Amino acid sequence: MSGPVLSVEHVRKSFRDNVVLRDVSLEVRSGECVVLIGASGSGKSTLLRCINRLEQVDDGVVRLAGEDITDPRVDTDRVRARIGMVFQSFNLFPHLSVIDNVTLAPVRVHGIERAQAVAEALAMLDRVGLLEKAQAKPDALSGGQQQRVAIARALVNKPLVMLLDEVTSALDPELVGEVLDLLRDLKAEGMTMILNTHEMGFARRVADTVCFLDDGRILERGEPGAVLDTPRHERTRRFLSRLSA
Amino acid sequence: MSDAPAATDEWVPSPLERERAAYRQRATRRSILIAAAASLVAVVAVALTLTSSPGWPAFRETFFNVDKAIDSLPAVLSGLWMNIRIMLVCAVAIGIIALTMAILRTLRGPVFFPLRALATAYVDIFRGLPLLLLLFLLGFGMPALRLAGLPNSALFWGGLAITLSYSAYVAEVFRAGIESIHPSQWAAARSLGLSYGKTLRYVVLPQAIRRVTPALMNDIVSLQKDSGLVAVLGIVDAIRAAQIETSLDYNYTPYVVAGVLFLLLTIPMARFTDWLARRQGLHGGMR
Repeated sequence: MSGPVLSVEHVRKSFRDNVVLRDVSLEVRSGECVVLIGASGSGKSTLLRCINRLEQVDDGVVRLAGEDITDPRVDTDRVRARIGMVFQSFNLFPHLSVIDNVTLAPVRVHGIERAQAVAEALAMLDRVGLLEKAQAKPDALSGGQQQRVAIARALVNKPLVMLLDEVTSALDPELVGEVLDLLRDLKAEGMTMILNTHEMGFARRVADTVCFLDDGRILERGEPGAVLDTPRHERTRRFLSRLSA
Repeated sequence: MSDAPAATDEWVPSPLERERAAYRQRATRRSILIAAAASLVAVVAVALTLTSSPGWPAFRETFFNVDKAIDSLPAVLSGLWMNIRIMLVCAVAIGIIALTMAILRTLRGPVFFPLRALATAYVDIFRGLPLLLLLFLLGFGMPALRLAGLPNSALFWGGLAITLSYSAYVAEVFRAGIESIHPSQWAAARSLGLSYGKTLRYVVLPQAIRRVTPALMNDIVSLQKDSGLVAVLGIVDAIRAAQIETSLDYNYTPYVVAGVLFLLLTIPMARFTDWLARRQGLHGGMR
């Protein structure tokens, strides 16, 4: 595969007077796992939301497989159909069963036959270990199970890239593992992922690249060992020492 | 990001961003133009169809006679003033009764069964009975009892009939609002030591009422029009006044006058509620 799957070029985003992203550039290769770290409010979530156009950038370009998706002429629904997103608070549709949550986009967006969509969804639920919960409603599931359904709901559309926004932050500690294990398997299968997390151990084991966001810029980036163990910047050191304290 | 003052911000939009902004502006302008042109064409088409119809001259004379409109305006206006007064007084009574019934219906536990049953019966009966029937029953029936102390005025009984009927509807709107507030809000409020009543008063109702404002607005507009039904008890409201004016010479313009006056009353109110809702951030969230 030539060229990055996703490239972010000099993106800027502000909310009124609050400049959240000043100048962010990032390239993600196929199969790469990029982990964004940084303090609360450093713009990690905003960056993910800009990538699938949940937020409109003030300036700069985001390219998906070479196409400028920040162009206002581009159909946002078509862009989002090729990007998977998983949220901190799961955001499953509470009025739909697990299987209906997973088949909604395949049937209504991608126009796949219901029977085939159900078959693929069941395979995907099996993949995340929740086949027996297919008919359950989301509120009957634990947080970890709900988040795995949310991941299956995104994966079933065969996205080019998965955006994972603090996907374990709302989970009980004993449920974090099952979600992180799933993400590690996805990475092993070659899924391209960008994720925000406070799980430094996970970042160390799974990430190809760790980016430290500070003051609306990527202050430091590199292999996990380099950024997490021998950070070059004082601000990165301070952030990491606060975490381990 | 609090340490990112806008004053020191040296950002100048890139040529690309300027081009995108210009495109968005063009796209917006184009949409507005298309919408305006389409509306204009539709209005002109309707107007032409109407005015070119064979019966138009007679129709205009019968429904849009300016002299007749001016002549009938004072009578219709004083009728409308009756509608407005009935509406205002009933609205207050309806709000109080409906809220009480809604709260009674949401009470939990066997102790409150009688109250709950009472509120349920109230809603079932007064929502189920046609308003016209209630008007006749109360307006003609109650004075006929000749009970000492009971008011004799048709206006009172008419207003009461409207209040009973509408409060049953509005109670269900309030109840839907109360039950739409997530249980975690109750848990959070009760955990702070707020009583059931205080939780309702300070946490649940403010959120619930905001959520059902559009539905309440519906009922108020509807009430404004239905307030005219007291005419069956001999009270002269805007429609009845228009009818009287019309019967003088079989010119129907007074009805049109009354219709326009009702619209002048309800449309600004609808815009006001929209504005209120927007200001409270009810239309927030990503689309």
